[in-house]
Amino acid sequence: MQQPLILNYAHRHPRHLIDILQKVQSREGYISSEAMLKVAKHIGMPSAAVWGVATFYNQFRFTAPGKRPVRVCMGTACHLAGGQLVLEAMARELKIEVGETSEDREFSLERVACIGCCALAPVITVGKDIYQKMTPPKVEQVLVEIKTTSAQNVVDCTGPA
Amino acid sequence: MTYSKIRERSREKWEAQYSGKLIHILVGTATCGRAAGSMAVLEAIRRGTEGLEGKARVSEVGCMGLCSQEPLVVIVKPGDFSVCYHHVTPQMVPQLIDGYVRGDDPCLELALGTVVGGGNEAVCIPELDLFNKQSRVLLRNCGYNSPLDIDHYIACGGYAGLARALTMRPAQIVNELKRSGLRGRGGAGYPAAAKWAVCRQACGSIKYVICNADEGDPGAFMDRVLLESDPHAILEGMVIAGYAIGAKQGYIYIREEYPLAIERLGIALKQAGEKGLLGGHILGSDISFKIEIVKGAGAFVSGEETAMIAAIEGRRSWPEHRPPYPAQVGLRGKPTLVNNVKTLAYVPVILQKGERWFRGTGTAESPGTALFALAGKLENTGLAEVPMGTSLRTLVYDIGGGIKKGKQFKAVQVGGPSGGCLPASMLDIPIDFDSLKEAGAIMGSGGVIVMDEDNCMVDTARYFIDFSRQESCGKCTQCRIGTCQMLSMLDEITKGKGSPASLGALKELAEDIKAGSLCSMGRMAPNPVLTTLRYFRDEYDAHVLERRCPARVCKDLIAYYILPQKCERGCDHCVLACPAEAIFSDEEGLKVVDQEKCTKCGSCELVCPAEYNAVVRLSPGSLVPGNRRTKPQTLSKEP
Repeated sequence: MQQPLILNYAHRHPRHLIDILQKVQSREGYISSEAMLKVAKHIGMPSAAVWGVATFYNQFRFTAPGKRPVRVCMGTACHLAGGQLVLEAMARELKIEVGETSEDREFSLERVACIGCCALAPVITVGKDIYQKMTPPKVEQVLVEIKTTSAQNVVDCTGPA
Repeated sequence: MTYSKIRERSREKWEAQYSGKLIHILVGTATCGRAAGSMAVLEAIRRGTEGLEGKARVSEVGCMGLCSQEPLVVIVKPGDFSVCYHHVTPQMVPQLIDGYVRGDDPCLELALGTVVGGGNEAVCIPELDLFNKQSRVLLRNCGYNSPLDIDHYIACGGYAGLARALTMRPAQIVNELKRSGLRGRGGAGYPAAAKWAVCRQACGSIKYVICNADEGDPGAFMDRVLLESDPHAILEGMVIAGYAIGAKQGYIYIREEYPLAIERLGIALKQAGEKGLLGGHILGSDISFKIEIVKGAGAFVSGEETAMIAAIEGRRSWPEHRPPYPAQVGLRGKPTLVNNVKTLAYVPVILQKGERWFRGTGTAESPGTALFALAGKLENTGLAEVPMGTSLRTLVYDIGGGIKKGKQFKAVQVGGPSGGCLPASMLDIPIDFDSLKEAGAIMGSGGVIVMDEDNCMVDTARYFIDFSRQESCGKCTQCRIGTCQMLSMLDEITKGKGSPASLGALKELAEDIKAGSLCSMGRMAPNPVLTTLRYFRDEYDAHVLERRCPARVCKDLIAYYILPQKCERGCDHCVLACPAEAIFSDEEGLKVVDQEKCTKCGSCELVCPAEYNAVVRLSPGSLVPGNRRTKPQTLSKEP
């Protein structure tokens, strides 16, 4: 079982709100409503105001992520190289929509603005691993590979399927 | 300690490592290199050089800017060629180590080219045309200097600009910057010295310097490369700025999506503090300056200076009305200088080499160099630093290597979601702040995305508007509702439901948003629509009048079709790849796409073997012959 969240941050000024939320998320994986209330109390702000700031930024998520979060890059270079088709293929294969987590809590699907690997477009990341030059047929291949092998740093998907 | 003593020590330390017979192996481990697998290469090299401690030294470096060639490894051999190897894999490492580290075979079949230079000289690969056209000022250390070792930066002349600045009065520094003509590299090209002067003259004893490292443009990554490859240049620029305007505290606002840059900046801050280049009594003077890293939580609008200040204060990143400008009333109500990463990185070089040297490159109105991230359908993607005034054609063809797979150039998008799409007829305009603005684009972030005949300009405009809609902060009506309206109009057009009148309405709305939005993000959001309407009107007309997508991208206007004369009976690739089970065989065993079932995912086109190349996209979809559209009833029974 996960330990209950204890906020032991020295800072209590509202200007540290984003920093504290980032720390909570990196510990918990997401910002639960329970955590949100605790942060509000810690800083001395109304919880609605904390919610207002947290939901403004793209970084914060409010549902538990899967063990292997799948992020599909939707940057310009990835879009032009067919990123949307890769995203659709991933949603189809995982049987979840963007923002959802699979029933077995193994995968969650997100779209990200850009991870700065434009030369290798289209790119997806699964956990910390980066997969480059993706296509819809390779999505299935990558998922099979992930399920069967332990995580590798990078799988080169350059070659023909 | 004085600067000359610090420099002497760094030099001694560095020369002790470089002189003699020690071979240096440099591995590029910036994020782009890591994505291509450089960490596995680094590990293989570390393993391969075990037992060679007295002979070879392995260092991690940043990115040279040749992203399409990653992973890159440079072997610097004293008294011999320094060779740069590209697309290195762990399997290649033993050959390289046996060949060029243990032996004398430079393995030229694996090499990209030779590298000359070092010290104050820029790294260049003279064999490559793309480096010849470049003029590397900001990138001078990238991929060569170790970002993890301040001594290397100092030994190559780093912090000399700061040492010189401290001998000058603050007003002299601002004047020197003014004479250099440096314009802010954040996008609009506002003269940097003017901002500095306002901030310096502003009342109050508490002032701040903010380095804008919130590179939100999807498709631009030059700030990330600078931060990962040469972080000290930015720190040095910030200290000089702090001294010039009278600030004692600086903040680097950086995207949380750049963890490696944050890590390397943290190391750089620590090392600079230990050397007495940051903190109290900098270089023995009574000047003090501290820098703190603030991690952004992901919002495109945070790149706007007033929105960034709100984010640092822990609030929603909402822009404010200007004036008052942050230089007068900024962070916590105090005068605040907000400069882009690149602007600050120029400052030390200008002070070190003088304003005349800086004016020697570029144009009279836009001196210096321009740093671009090249991406899209180019042969050589990566970073390019060229003198201002270079033509787009040079950038696309000479440095970018032209269009991939010999396809036709269609457009170049300069400046990200706030920029514009320029057609082939504009390729000869010189790149500088004013020429680009006149053409309808902006220098902006410096992202350059090249599109070929396979990209639909309406779809591209729709993509950028969708991005701006998602990232609109919601404060002003024009941007919040206007981008939603523009998106729904573009959606209609890409679905073939637009009318000629809707193009007029789209243009009118775009101009209203441009005129009425609060911040520059909103004002520039319609640029992709306005420029595509201006230069690619024929594509809009094809969508609206003929229900046709010329580039065959917009899903509702295309159909996948298998050419019977090219299809091979024995091959079942497309049938197996189709996720919708939409492909069936006709009486002759040739494959047919059932248009009612097809989801247009494109898998069949990708898997169809190149020797058949039978799957094509047709637009409009009605071009598919009537007898090959759906599965006939006679075939529906299983044999």
